[in-house]
Amino acid sequence: MKDETISAGIYFMSGNMACVEGAIAAGCRFFAGYPISPATEIAEHMAARLPKVGGVFIQMEDEIAALSAIIGASYAGLKAMTATSGPGFSLMQESIGLAAMTETPCVIVDVMRGGPSTGQPTFPGQQDVMQAKWGSHGDYEIIALAPSSVQEMFDLTIEAFNLAETYRVPALLMVDGITARMWERVVIPPAEEIKVNSRKKPRVPPDKYMPFLPDEDMVPPMACFGEGYRFHVTGLTHDELGYPRAEDSAVQMRLVKRLCDKIRRNAEKIVRVDEVMLEDAEIIIVAYGIVARAALNAIKRARELGIKAGLLRLITLWPFPEKNVAKATEGSKAVIVPEMNYGQIVREVERAVKTVPVYHFPKLGEEPHMPKEILEAIVRCGSL
Amino acid sequence: MSIAEHPLSKYLRTELMPHIWCSGCGNGIILNAFIRALDDLQIDLNKIVVVSGIGCIGRIAGYLKLDSFHTTHGRPIAVATGIKLANPQLEVVVISGDGDLFAIGGNHFIHAARRNISIKVICANNFNYGMTGGQSGPTTPPKAVTTTTPYGNIEYPFNLVHLASAAGATYVARWTTFHVGRLIASIKKMLLRRGFSFIEVVSQCPEMYGRYNKMRSALEMMEWFKRASVVADFSDPARAEITSDRIVVGEFVDAEKPTYEELLYANIAQTTIKRT
Ligand SMILES: Cc1ncc(C[n+]2csc(CCOP(=O)(O)OP(=O)(O)O)c2C)c(N)n1
Ligand SMILES: [Mg+2]
Repeated sequence: MKDETISAGIYFMSGNMACVEGAIAAGCRFFAGYPISPATEIAEHMAARLPKVGGVFIQMEDEIAALSAIIGASYAGLKAMTATSGPGFSLMQESIGLAAMTETPCVIVDVMRGGPSTGQPTFPGQQDVMQAKWGSHGDYEIIALAPSSVQEMFDLTIEAFNLAETYRVPALLMVDGITARMWERVVIPPAEEIKVNSRKKPRVPPDKYMPFLPDEDMVPPMACFGEGYRFHVTGLTHDELGYPRAEDSAVQMRLVKRLCDKIRRNAEKIVRVDEVMLEDAEIIIVAYGIVARAALNAIKRARELGIKAGLLRLITLWPFPEKNVAKATEGSKAVIVPEMNYGQIVREVERAVKTVPVYHFPKLGEEPHMPKEILEAIVRCGSL
Repeated sequence: MSIAEHPLSKYLRTELMPHIWCSGCGNGIILNAFIRALDDLQIDLNKIVVVSGIGCIGRIAGYLKLDSFHTTHGRPIAVATGIKLANPQLEVVVISGDGDLFAIGGNHFIHAARRNISIKVICANNFNYGMTGGQSGPTTPPKAVTTTTPYGNIEYPFNLVHLASAAGATYVARWTTFHVGRLIASIKKMLLRRGFSFIEVVSQCPEMYGRYNKMRSALEMMEWFKRASVVADFSDPARAEITSDRIVVGEFVDAEKPTYEELLYANIAQTTIKRT
């Protein structure tokens, strides 16, 4: 019988479309959103695709409502996602904190445009990558991935769902507006080749269930509403039973540390990077998203000129791959961080790189970094 | 001597008692009315979810021994929308405050009402922001003194039943904490029906509101409700503004209209079938 949900094959599609297909392949059956460029196509494709696989699409009254609704849907048992761009991402911040605090598996796609404020609605950017980590108040951790091809829009959306479900955490797809809107070849593998993870379910009867009692891996099994567990969920500081304990400092310490540590201590399992020609590299580009594509071309051209250049492409932005950055740049001569903002991930790179100079190459506006420009930067560093 | 268990304690997380509410607060009456409605109807307690926002009344979700979600300030209806659509078999009830539902969360209220999604909303209208210490809010009466209107409120309040019916709610009622019997009957009716339903419960807040407004005790506030209330079922909600000498209570709207989740799932069924 033909699988209605995953249509294996080779396609030519946009990044936003591939994201929708990835979500559906990962088991996403609930989408709530609010239109905004350059993320609108995700909502449009979801509206067309989800009903065909028995899923729910709803256009909400704003992005706060959209994220709130997917939090509710996730607790009612569905894998849920929303998609937006900077202004909507800003509106979502309080609810990202709620999702982190209530350990709600969910996926948030931020197709980044130029900011601040309304900024450049149809132009690409990478200006929300720090907001992804620090946007909501309080100490918490999220997972953020940065696709750099349409294929990765498919693959990493699945990965985002798997990570969200495994760690009970909001997983963010931080994608520049180019990768989201360009069209490329995408291979959709048959269903049996797609790895899909779902949240752990309780292994005890309702009267023994403690909804926020973690297992060894620091993640609590998750019951859903309507399954007979009759449990309480709150954004207040809560104990393992889910009961509010806002006046108890020990509970606060235990909870917040676990919310952070379940990601920090599993960072090595979560983090993914792509290492290209790093073995002997003297000049290393650290890049992500569409910029990494230009960087890849630039290092190849640099090699032709006899300059030992290499690329560390960040697939995971958060938790930040600091060990990978430290290791990759050890013994090199210079590190260049091109990004479509005025200095964000470069700060993390500087923190991770101990002895080598780090140069930032910012770019704002319509055009991403051209391979030629990155090559020039490499050549300049090479002659220092 | 052993103390017999209260027959309704099975509805409560008794280990969280005593509750945080001040003595004389109307929230206990609302909680009591709600669980009595559940008890009368013998509702399947595994199939009901209570969602609340932030505020004194918002703590009600934690006290109920049900699936319950205490969300962020203003967002319970949006979270409830996700729950209801993800699992339409669930009875989804939102219980929250006047500030939560009509100031910060006003947008979600009107849009959920417009969609006629089957979410059952109970608003504890105590005319102020109780939790934060008695500030004015969207239902604070003109001239009332609150901590942020020390010289008297100069804003016009919402008439919640008018707002709800204009936005499309298919069931709209108002009671006060003095009308417990009618309130329980109304909650039962709401739980048995489809569509977006709204009950405003005018409630006393002697500590944060009453005492600044010549009603020192809960009793004085409830005497106001008793004295001023006029039961007028199916009267015009537009003429139901709350004033110091008139509180129109009763059912204002009870209408039938396809619900959002019915239309949504009909669409899904049609689309899915067409493909196979
Ligand atoms: C975003 C946000 N803003 C402000 C607050 C502070 N706050 C907590 S409760 C509340 C008002 C609650 O009033 P109401 O909904 O009427 O409930 P009541 O306490 O009167 O029962 C406010 C403003 C908050 N928690 N979150
Ligand atoms: Mg109030």
